[in-house]
Amino acid sequence: MSRSKQIIGVAAFLFGVFVLVPLMIKLTGRWDFYYTLTSVALLSIASAGVWLTFYIGRINIGQGAYALVGGYVSAILVVKYGVSFWLTIPLAGLICGCLSILIGLPILRLKGVYFAMVTLVLTEVAKLTALALPITNGAKGISSIPLPGAISIFGLTIIPDFSQLASTKLAFYYLAVTLMVLSYAGLYRLVHSRIGHLCRSLQQNEELASSIGVNISYLRVIAYSVSSFLGGIAGAVFAAISQSIYPSSFQVADSINFMLNCFLGGLGYVFGPMLGTLVLYFGWDLLFTTGKFQLLIYSSLLIALMLALPNGILSLRLFNRKKAEP
Amino acid sequence: MEQIIANGLYLGSQYALIALGLTLIFALMNVLNFAHGQMYVLGGFVTYTVYAQLGLPFIVGLLASATTLAVVGALIEKFLFRPVIRKSHREESTMLLAAGIAFFLDAVILLVFGEKQRGVPKIVNGVLNWDFRIIMPYDRILICVLTIFFIAAFIGYMQYSKTGRAMRALAQDKVAAQLMGVNVARYSMIGFALGAMLAGLVGGLLVSITGVNLGMGGPTSIKAFMMVMIGGAGVISGAIAGGLILGMLESVGLSVLSQYGDITYLLIFVSLIIFLAIRPQGLMGKPWG
Repeated sequence: MSRSKQIIGVAAFLFGVFVLVPLMIKLTGRWDFYYTLTSVALLSIASAGVWLTFYIGRINIGQGAYALVGGYVSAILVVKYGVSFWLTIPLAGLICGCLSILIGLPILRLKGVYFAMVTLVLTEVAKLTALALPITNGAKGISSIPLPGAISIFGLTIIPDFSQLASTKLAFYYLAVTLMVLSYAGLYRLVHSRIGHLCRSLQQNEELASSIGVNISYLRVIAYSVSSFLGGIAGAVFAAISQSIYPSSFQVADSINFMLNCFLGGLGYVFGPMLGTLVLYFGWDLLFTTGKFQLLIYSSLLIALMLALPNGILSLRLFNRKKAEP
Repeated sequence: MEQIIANGLYLGSQYALIALGLTLIFALMNVLNFAHGQMYVLGGFVTYTVYAQLGLPFIVGLLASATTLAVVGALIEKFLFRPVIRKSHREESTMLLAAGIAFFLDAVILLVFGEKQRGVPKIVNGVLNWDFRIIMPYDRILICVLTIFFIAAFIGYMQYSKTGRAMRALAQDKVAAQLMGVNVARYSMIGFALGAMLAGLVGGLLVSITGVNLGMGGPTSIKAFMMVMIGGAGVISGAIAGGLILGMLESVGLSVLSQYGDITYLLIFVSLIIFLAIRPQGLMGKPWG
């Protein structure tokens, strides 16, 4: 793809998300779409993290744990210590990142299915810890978290107080989409940097990479902590949107869904998880009308999609291009 | 003390049988079968239908659930896993498929059997009371004995039959087995069917004690994964050891830590992560899986 085409593509995407979607929703009056799209944006941030661990050749089914930790960190800071919500977003991400360095150092030595299963267990651990600790308020969780407040620099209001806005849905939509764009831009930059290329060498053969002098343990911890950082951010914003967080807010099923999003979009493409999340979430929502057959149709479609496109939806594009080139 | 050990043995033998099926499938095809818990639930519902609703003997119910699950397993392997494994660039893609199958089985169970908790009448009445040191209902003892019998039968089958030898060869080295004339496609299918059948058997056995409901699938899968990890993935002795260890831990934890609330599982999970950090391949597994 040439550079100008790339820029046009990005501009079209930004225009679509920031202008076209709100316009369409205003015209059609389907305000409930905001909530769906906001969720898609947030879940795709968490999925982007999972994708990054796939990129270093690890199957991560533990993103739910970090999303939960992020949500709790933000909720506790806002409710108990009165910290501004905007400050808690990066804080939640950083705490998750540091936590994941501690956890990741030992468990990243595991490979393949072992790593996958340990991360799966990690999700359960996070949930059970949230149930057991006093600060997280047990099964009752933390509810009635206040809406994000205003930010102003030199008296100039940059972000208005969410509780005074006419439509908090729109505000949250912009917040989530902005975060998503930033995360994916960062991820794209990371993957196409020197570190990204080194990470790809881990995915193919760790021993070989380390024999040429790649510091593999350093790289995989970095990748894992970036991944958890994204999970923490997503969790923090999610807690703010639903104004509550419970131990069951992010469960094993959510962790598995994050992984499915990546698979579905395609593991070889940075924007795969975004597409995967959109398709999975919307697919599930659209099937709501089918009532009790919802899960049956959804899972059948999932299996059929897997049979037809085992390498993800975006592999379709690659396939076409390869055909066209020779 | 005796009571705790007896409970642990009872839990552990059931867990071991579940883990055996999972580890067999993993050893043969390198597939982490997310749908294992759902297969177990399906087996429970089949036995419930045959035994409680049709009024046939319990053993018929067990046989019915074993056969059903074996057929389901064989079909899943032949029409779903095999094409995906052949076409996909990365072997992890099978995990998405397995998760999809887990959702699918959940949906089927929901539609066919409903979401209610189902139980069956007791198969044997009475309670063993040994001096108030061990108190255990007779049906639990029967189930425990049956489970141990099935485990022994499975080991014997894997050890001495031609099919079992072929499957062990496949698990050891796929290419070498193929060169020696083992039909990989056929034995993968048999292995998957056998693994699913074991899940069905446990489901059928346990429905007589704990009953069965739709929500049991996911947690059962996670427990089975843990047992397999403790023992080492793809190793039969490891699965049995893992099952017994988890059963014992749970039994001891629930009785010793009961006054601290629900932290048994938290402790088990945390110690598992620490254990795996020290010994990544589990107790008996091959290094790096």
